[in-house]
Amino acid sequence: MDWLLQQLINGLALGSIYALIALGYTMVYGVLRFINFAHADVLMLGAYAAYFVAPAVSSVVPLPSLTGAILVSLISVIICAGIGILIEFLAYRPLRKRPRLTVLITAIGVSLFIEFTCQHSAVFGADTKPFPKLLPEHDFHLGKLVVSSNDLVVVVTTLLLLAGLWFIVQRTKMGTAMRAVSHNQQAAALMGININRIISFTFGLGSALAAIAGILYAMKAPGIDPLMGVQPGLRAFIAAVLGGIGNLPGAALGGLILGLLETFAGGISGLSNYRDGIAFGILILILLFKPAGLLGKATVEKV
Amino acid sequence: MLRRTLLPLAAASLLLPACNKSGGDGIIIGEFASLTGKEATFGTSSHEGTLLAVETLNAAGGVLGKKIDLLTEDNQSKAGETSNVVNKLISKDGAVAILGEVASSRSLEAAPICQQNGIPMVSPASTNPKVTETGDCIFRVCFIDPFQGTVMANFVTNTLKAKKVAVFTDVKSDYSKGLAKFFKEGFIKAGGQVVAELDFNGGDKDFKAQLTAIKSAAPDAVFVPGYYTDVALIAIQAKQLGLSVPLCGGDGWESQTLLDIGKDAVEGHYFSTHYASDSSAPGVQAFVAAYKKRFNGKMPDAMAALGYDSAMFLADAIKRAGSTDSKAIRDALAATKDYEAVTGKIAINAQRDAVKSAVILQVKDGKFKYLETVAP
Repeated sequence: MDWLLQQLINGLALGSIYALIALGYTMVYGVLRFINFAHADVLMLGAYAAYFVAPAVSSVVPLPSLTGAILVSLISVIICAGIGILIEFLAYRPLRKRPRLTVLITAIGVSLFIEFTCQHSAVFGADTKPFPKLLPEHDFHLGKLVVSSNDLVVVVTTLLLLAGLWFIVQRTKMGTAMRAVSHNQQAAALMGININRIISFTFGLGSALAAIAGILYAMKAPGIDPLMGVQPGLRAFIAAVLGGIGNLPGAALGGLILGLLETFAGGISGLSNYRDGIAFGILILILLFKPAGLLGKATVEKV
Repeated sequence: MLRRTLLPLAAASLLLPACNKSGGDGIIIGEFASLTGKEATFGTSSHEGTLLAVETLNAAGGVLGKKIDLLTEDNQSKAGETSNVVNKLISKDGAVAILGEVASSRSLEAAPICQQNGIPMVSPASTNPKVTETGDCIFRVCFIDPFQGTVMANFVTNTLKAKKVAVFTDVKSDYSKGLAKFFKEGFIKAGGQVVAELDFNGGDKDFKAQLTAIKSAAPDAVFVPGYYTDVALIAIQAKQLGLSVPLCGGDGWESQTLLDIGKDAVEGHYFSTHYASDSSAPGVQAFVAAYKKRFNGKMPDAMAALGYDSAMFLADAIKRAGSTDSKAIRDALAATKDYEAVTGKIAINAQRDAVKSAVILQVKDGKFKYLETVAP
């Protein structure tokens, strides 16, 4: 029983990270109808930003501490939002009028470009770097169960960001404009919405989310390398599809399900080798019966 | 038009091989190593050891009166890349022998190519038995996993007094799977019981699912034959979950990165490796001094020592062969009986493996501390 509950906690903690990354994928998709594959690499850049910012911050605010962690995250978030806007401006904007497939391939190109540029020894180098401690850590023991403070931080942050994002998209002027652009770009432009500004904002917001996810991921496993985003990025993308791409609560739900599936499959002696096989097998089954994802609405493509 | 573009090309292709082989009358030795990527610190260490050996040899006048030309290629710790670079080293650069590499998976990729071309290959640190089984041109200067696995099994049984162990294997790595297998066999033979067997994929970041399962099996020790990055994260998460038994592993642990990432979580754990830099043997101290002088005070790890040994061992064989003919070098390598290397005395057996001793180190106060030597 303890075993089961502990795995539940592990799974929720892992799933929350996937959910957080999936939010970024799904939001950009919701507005622009394309998958920003570079999202996972912005996540990595977020972790590296924190890695380089932390020593500078620690000379002002001692680390690990809550204020220090917030300060480091804030600076990293701003850096990554800038990078996200820059990527959109340089790589995606010139292709706005081209077929969506072109943009998709470009996104993969941007992703590979970032990964392999950062692996060069003049940039970050390919070796794993130790990620500094940002928050004081504490393990809470409830009977035989252990909950680490990092896992709690991940879950709480994910919930807060999900709520915040929902608020921005549904309740603010910017969000209304985002939804309008998502619905029909031309009509939105005719209504006086500055399309470029909205799309830049969307990318900035998505990259800010990626930066936070990257920092939380690095806190969980404090060894960072330029390819650290690939694996969770892929999982999160699948989580977004599972939940119904374009749907924010769906992305969170998909992330949690994927995290739990992986944890339970990985925790069985003899089966742990097949953990991804089992997790993804179940996903395929779900998608067979709900092709639009769990919370996605089936749409009819106009031909 | 066609002729105009083809002519310079043809001329260039005539010149190219001449250019590459005209690096003087040196002896061309190819080296492939994981200089970037996941096992980069291992690859860099062994490369630096090799480089130091070649520089030392050349400073003393080279081998057979010729300088050694060391050509190094990086395989980025990636599958597939090794065959490209080794093919290049042999067919384009004309290497008479190949040195490389640390990871068994990638040495296994290079071995068939060297064997086919009849070029002798010396691996510094690939401990998986399959590497030299490829053919009679493949050698190594390190011990093999059946020995290392047995050493750790005996250590866990006798010194740690463990009756029940869990084994946590990296299924992506031939090295890890081999070591796990031989450890299990040795441990069961010594009367122990394996209570849980779990797997991970090298490069994973979350190990809590498997570690929770290991914890619930209540072992006295956990054998984790992985590489240092993964092991550091495993140690951290094991500590978080309250799994406080000793973790044990093999030579894949020995890297400064293990300490940098793992910090206090890796404290007190044990692993077997090839040599201890705090050993008092004269050969070791001379090597440590030379290495520190060449690489800005950096402490040589086992991979550096093995990289050094692999190049010195090969040079010794070339001297004894009295020629740079690949076949003659191979025969001289195979005939080695009593070569005094930094990492201990080496005898090459019928399987072209080095028969030598192992040491066991413990992580203590953020350093690797020598515990005991185990003879073959």
